[in-house]
Amino acid sequence: MANLQETISAKFPEATFGEGEILPVNIPDAKLHDLVKWLRDEQKFDFLVTIVGMDWVSSMGCVYYLNSTTTGQYISIRTETTDRDNPMLHSIADLYHIAGIYEREVYDFYGIIFVNNPDMRRLFLNIDWVGYPLRKDYDATPEINPVSVENERQTDHTDVWEERPDGTIKHSRPRIFAEDDFVVNIGPQHPSTHGVLRFRTALDGETIKKIDVYMGYIHRGVEKLCEDLTYPQTLHFMDRLDYFSAHNYHHGLCLAIEKAAGIEVPRRAQVIRVMMDELSRIASHCLFIGTFCMDLGATTMLFYALRVREQILDIMDKTCGARMTFNYACIGGVMQDLAPDFVQDVQALLDTIDRNYKEYNKLFTGNVIAQNRLCNVGVLSHDDAISYGITGPSGRASGWACDVRKTHPYAVYNELDFEQVIRTEGDSMARFRNRVDELLQSKHILEQLLTMLPEGDYCAKVPKVLKLPQGHWFQVVEGCRGVFGVYIESNGTTKPFRLKLATPSLPAAAVVDHITSGQKIADLITIGGSMDYIVPDMDR
Amino acid sequence: MSNYTIDNFSSLSTWFDTMLNSYMPSWLATTLECLLVGVGLLLVYSVLALFYILYERKICAYFQCRLGPNRVGPWGLLQSVADMFKILIKELISLNHIDKFLFALAPYLVIVASMLCFAVLPWGNGLQFIDFNIGVFFLIACSSIGVLGILLAGWSSNNKFTLIGALRSGAQMISYELSVGLSILTMVVFAGTLDVGKIVEAQADHWFIFSAHIPALIAFVIYLIAGTAETNRGPFDLPEAESELTAGYHTEYSGIHFGFFYLAEYLNLFVVSGVATLMFLGGWMPFRVAGWDGFNEIMGYIPSVVWFLGKTFVISFIIIWFKWTYPRLRIDQLLSLEWKYLLPINLVNLVLMVFIVVEGLYFGK
Repeated sequence: MANLQETISAKFPEATFGEGEILPVNIPDAKLHDLVKWLRDEQKFDFLVTIVGMDWVSSMGCVYYLNSTTTGQYISIRTETTDRDNPMLHSIADLYHIAGIYEREVYDFYGIIFVNNPDMRRLFLNIDWVGYPLRKDYDATPEINPVSVENERQTDHTDVWEERPDGTIKHSRPRIFAEDDFVVNIGPQHPSTHGVLRFRTALDGETIKKIDVYMGYIHRGVEKLCEDLTYPQTLHFMDRLDYFSAHNYHHGLCLAIEKAAGIEVPRRAQVIRVMMDELSRIASHCLFIGTFCMDLGATTMLFYALRVREQILDIMDKTCGARMTFNYACIGGVMQDLAPDFVQDVQALLDTIDRNYKEYNKLFTGNVIAQNRLCNVGVLSHDDAISYGITGPSGRASGWACDVRKTHPYAVYNELDFEQVIRTEGDSMARFRNRVDELLQSKHILEQLLTMLPEGDYCAKVPKVLKLPQGHWFQVVEGCRGVFGVYIESNGTTKPFRLKLATPSLPAAAVVDHITSGQKIADLITIGGSMDYIVPDMDR
Repeated sequence: MSNYTIDNFSSLSTWFDTMLNSYMPSWLATTLECLLVGVGLLLVYSVLALFYILYERKICAYFQCRLGPNRVGPWGLLQSVADMFKILIKELISLNHIDKFLFALAPYLVIVASMLCFAVLPWGNGLQFIDFNIGVFFLIACSSIGVLGILLAGWSSNNKFTLIGALRSGAQMISYELSVGLSILTMVVFAGTLDVGKIVEAQADHWFIFSAHIPALIAFVIYLIAGTAETNRGPFDLPEAESELTAGYHTEYSGIHFGFFYLAEYLNLFVVSGVATLMFLGGWMPFRVAGWDGFNEIMGYIPSVVWFLGKTFVISFIIIWFKWTYPRLRIDQLLSLEWKYLLPINLVNLVLMVFIVVEGLYFGK
């Protein structure tokens, strides 16, 4: 890391450096684009993990987390502006495909305008929303933004702030769709958008010309809410994001807080957490298999897949006391010990996996209609997958080995023997088969965990009032749908100064436009289904 | 009609006709008979629709490891009745910005088309609502009216989803009509008549699927595929692919207007299966083997209506089985299946059939 620091300071003398597990670089806005471009091209930092918008009161700005897919190294870049009335930063939307969307999110919540971003609209909030909610001086009086009973306001135009060669900024409002496009609203109420998501789709006959994704219908402002809650309280929102990866997300936030507070987690708790993660993964993939096949018209598969998920929910029910929105992992370990017949139940579940795996492949994967519908539909290339930040099984279907459990192992994952399922086709079939195959990997992991489950405490001693020291931390874990990142910034109190959640579903929905253009409407359903996004996960 | 089965409805209808004529003038008797037949037809139509809804729900439930309807009445038998009652008392929502006349007309066109086809089927020995010398031709002609209703429904709803659904449906039904027509034509070539009664009669000793062997089998398979597509059922249910187009062409309909589409869809399933029974499996004719008189007599103890319904339900079962097993095709794949595969095979098959008929290479007739 020292090496990288020296290279950066040789090339960019303006850069200053902080201390941290991940090298924090501070750079003035004017040099940001050059630095990121250099890091991407010369240092192979080709994956933009997230952009964290920040309001430090004295200044506003962003923290960019970059990752190199070749070396696995992380770097964080911090840039700021002191202009609160009209904050502007330079966009990196031309360097990473996904950056455009992330910048829209920052604009939505902080009002920071990104110069040269070709589509600078709000991402989640209504176009007539007053104020920027995550600013520290935001006025949350309900009268300012009353609940509207009118139709949703919408516009066919977007905003662009462009920098001219002489340094002045020009504002323009180009159209989103061409004037005579036949635009169909798919969503927000539609059986196949898997939640309240809206695709404005420009069609030419049955062929898709362009898709404009509208999000935010169920945005709850979890990040904002967390700023007013103590650390143990923030945990309870994690199961409301991707409700199928509840355990994984709890695990992620717990790891971040434990890292910051220096809490040692007992080994039994670590093993239990990993078990729950993998059970969630099986349940989540089963649900994916079922709903995806149902979208394609093979309704019967839903029930065959739910049969397995049902068994897992019963296991969860006994141990966690709930069938959804589990609050099981807590800071320092888990809430309570495993149910007495947990091991036996999991064993019974694992015995059925092979049989079901065969059945799924026999009934669906090999079917000629399924093959025609899925193969070569929605092909996402390896480089595009990285640039769009598509992680999880979908990213691995494009040949990108992005499994955090392998690249940055946490808990006990480095002691376990399992494979990353990687395919190179990048089409919907590869994404589907990857998830089916991951059932077997998770089963293999669970078998090993059952034999190594140690005796001991299930939770460490944690102070009743938990204060984190001043600083910032970033932690990634592998959710069921991809990389889940947690950024915590603390100012030394019991509440987070900023808690940013980087979820895998946002890029998964953002990429839909790119991989559907030129395909049929029916393919939109196939592709959207195969990306397996969860709407509450993108609308945090 | 001769006595192939123990029940023979022709004697019953003759007796009824004579009896009426002896009490009243013949014009009155004819009017009364027409009225009775019409009422009977409607009754059978709705009862069968109720049965089919339950039949499909039960079958698909068993495919999916469920029980299906089991709360209303024993084994859920009254579920369909309750559903029908619900649909009858539901409000007909009137919409603005639509073509009101065409919107209201569309469901009637669909259901009338399906009823007319329904009337031609050979229900039993001497039990046929309409029996005339161009029966098969009439059947194909009537079934084509249905697509008009669907197109009108989609277009008059003034909704982008219904429009896409209707256009898909139009393309699909017109394409597959060709295959249905050609495979029926293949069998008509073999039968040498368009008269439904005579076609059944001709299968007294061997059902066509046995006597016309290879070309009949090919025609049967094509007919089943095309028939499934013609009725807009899975895996060809694109016009109403709920995961893509919400409910396709009938998205905007409610109450009994929606009910008409729903009934017509189920009854089209029955009609398609019934026509398959007629053209390939001998209609109401029992399973008979020439020369085995004892066996034939035993088979004859099973009433002809039971034979017809039994065969039809078995074919419906196969079509339902398709739906609950396969994923849905995409529109371009659907059309290329028809135009690139089914149609050429069908044409070659027709030539093959002509050759077989000319050369006499078939089993007894």
